[in-house]
Amino acid sequence: MKFLDEYRDGRVGQGLLREIRRAVTRPWVLMEVCGGQTHSIVKYGVDRLIPAEVELVHGPGCPVCVTSLEMIDKAHAIASRPDVIFCSFGDMLRVPGSRGDLLKLRSHGADVRVVYAPLDCLRIARDNPEKKVVFFGIGFETTAPANALAVQRAKLEGVANFSMLVSHVLVPPAITAILQSPENRVQAYLGPGHVCTIMGYTEYEPIAAAYRVPIVITGFEPVDLLQGILMAVRQLEAGRHEVENQYSRVLSRHGNRAAQALIFEVFEIADRKWRGVGTIPKSGYRLRYEYRDHDAERLFEVEDIETRESAVCISGQILKGVRKPPDCPAFARECTPERPLGATMVSAEGACAAYYSYGRHLEDATAAAKG
Amino acid sequence: MCLAIPGKVLETYDRKGLRMSKVQFGGVVRETCLEYVPEAKVGDHVLVHVGFALSTIDAEEAARTYALLDEIGQLAELQIPQEPEE
Repeated sequence: MKFLDEYRDGRVGQGLLREIRRAVTRPWVLMEVCGGQTHSIVKYGVDRLIPAEVELVHGPGCPVCVTSLEMIDKAHAIASRPDVIFCSFGDMLRVPGSRGDLLKLRSHGADVRVVYAPLDCLRIARDNPEKKVVFFGIGFETTAPANALAVQRAKLEGVANFSMLVSHVLVPPAITAILQSPENRVQAYLGPGHVCTIMGYTEYEPIAAAYRVPIVITGFEPVDLLQGILMAVRQLEAGRHEVENQYSRVLSRHGNRAAQALIFEVFEIADRKWRGVGTIPKSGYRLRYEYRDHDAERLFEVEDIETRESAVCISGQILKGVRKPPDCPAFARECTPERPLGATMVSAEGACAAYYSYGRHLEDATAAAKG
Repeated sequence: MCLAIPGKVLETYDRKGLRMSKVQFGGVVRETCLEYVPEAKVGDHVLVHVGFALSTIDAEEAARTYALLDEIGQLAELQIPQEPEE
């Protein structure tokens, strides 16, 4: 069924495009930090509809992509143990570590299961009391309450054979790190709508003020994106730098406070290494000491594993908005979704995978051939 | 994978002190924790991420968001089977 309402109506989109054209007087670089927004932008060609002065770059908006190779190798080491049932979101199955991916481990006999919800792991743990059930707890703030709930309930209900390997990442420290980078090009952000549904957007207000960047919390429909772009461009042109909420029909300034309280009951803020970017201070969650009996990193002593990333891959620069997927010599050649070399290709929501799956590399090749 | 999917609350129940529900997404029904969206009632639409309701939304917004997620191929997680608890 096709919806033809104000959000799908081409006229609304055309009107917004006209307003953007009217507002722009010089070049601006905007970054989105939500894999869903990146997907939507590339699929509907939003980046090509807007005036050439407005460049969209794609930030580290996919938690699967930015999970460090060390953490993936740690997951694989735990999953390989015969006494473990390793549970994960489906997106992590194909992400290659230093020695293959979880699917390969499963084909070698490891008990690796895809679950819909973290809470489902408690049921698996109760059904398999002789096994240790470990969940790979990745995600941005949107996923944090569901993960926190599973750990909280395991403690409360005495499910001693359940633990979580936590590799949570947070949006505000990541966008701050990008702004602090000497090579930074980003002048405004489109903020992540569903992350802010939980967290609200008060955390973004000091960032906008300190770095003088507009931040517009935005949905991921094409019309939402156009409206978010318009709001950001108007701020840039007027020299304003505020947090605005384009997605007010879904979220409020303070978010879901009860869910935030759940997160901070179970997790505390910690440094986190991001694939392609490096360690960003205070950019992740880890389990609080009170929940140490459910912390897989404490329960399974996994040695630090030497990892090596591809030398050609430029995913670090792509995640910071300095370069784009077609700038990489390996893009769509050695590096494809089947054989990813780095962070932005490993999951469907990464910028390189989005460009690849919507055939941008084919168009670019055609354009080059016509040259 | 960080996007929440809108669904409709079919029934609510208590499990070990936690407010749970059956939520319908297209043709699929999933168990969803409603504890953190106390205002959600049967018949309401909620935004759900990996079995956890984040907020309530109106029916029109829910239909539009669901259609978009379908178009951009972001509904795969609903295909993962979930066995009902006792």
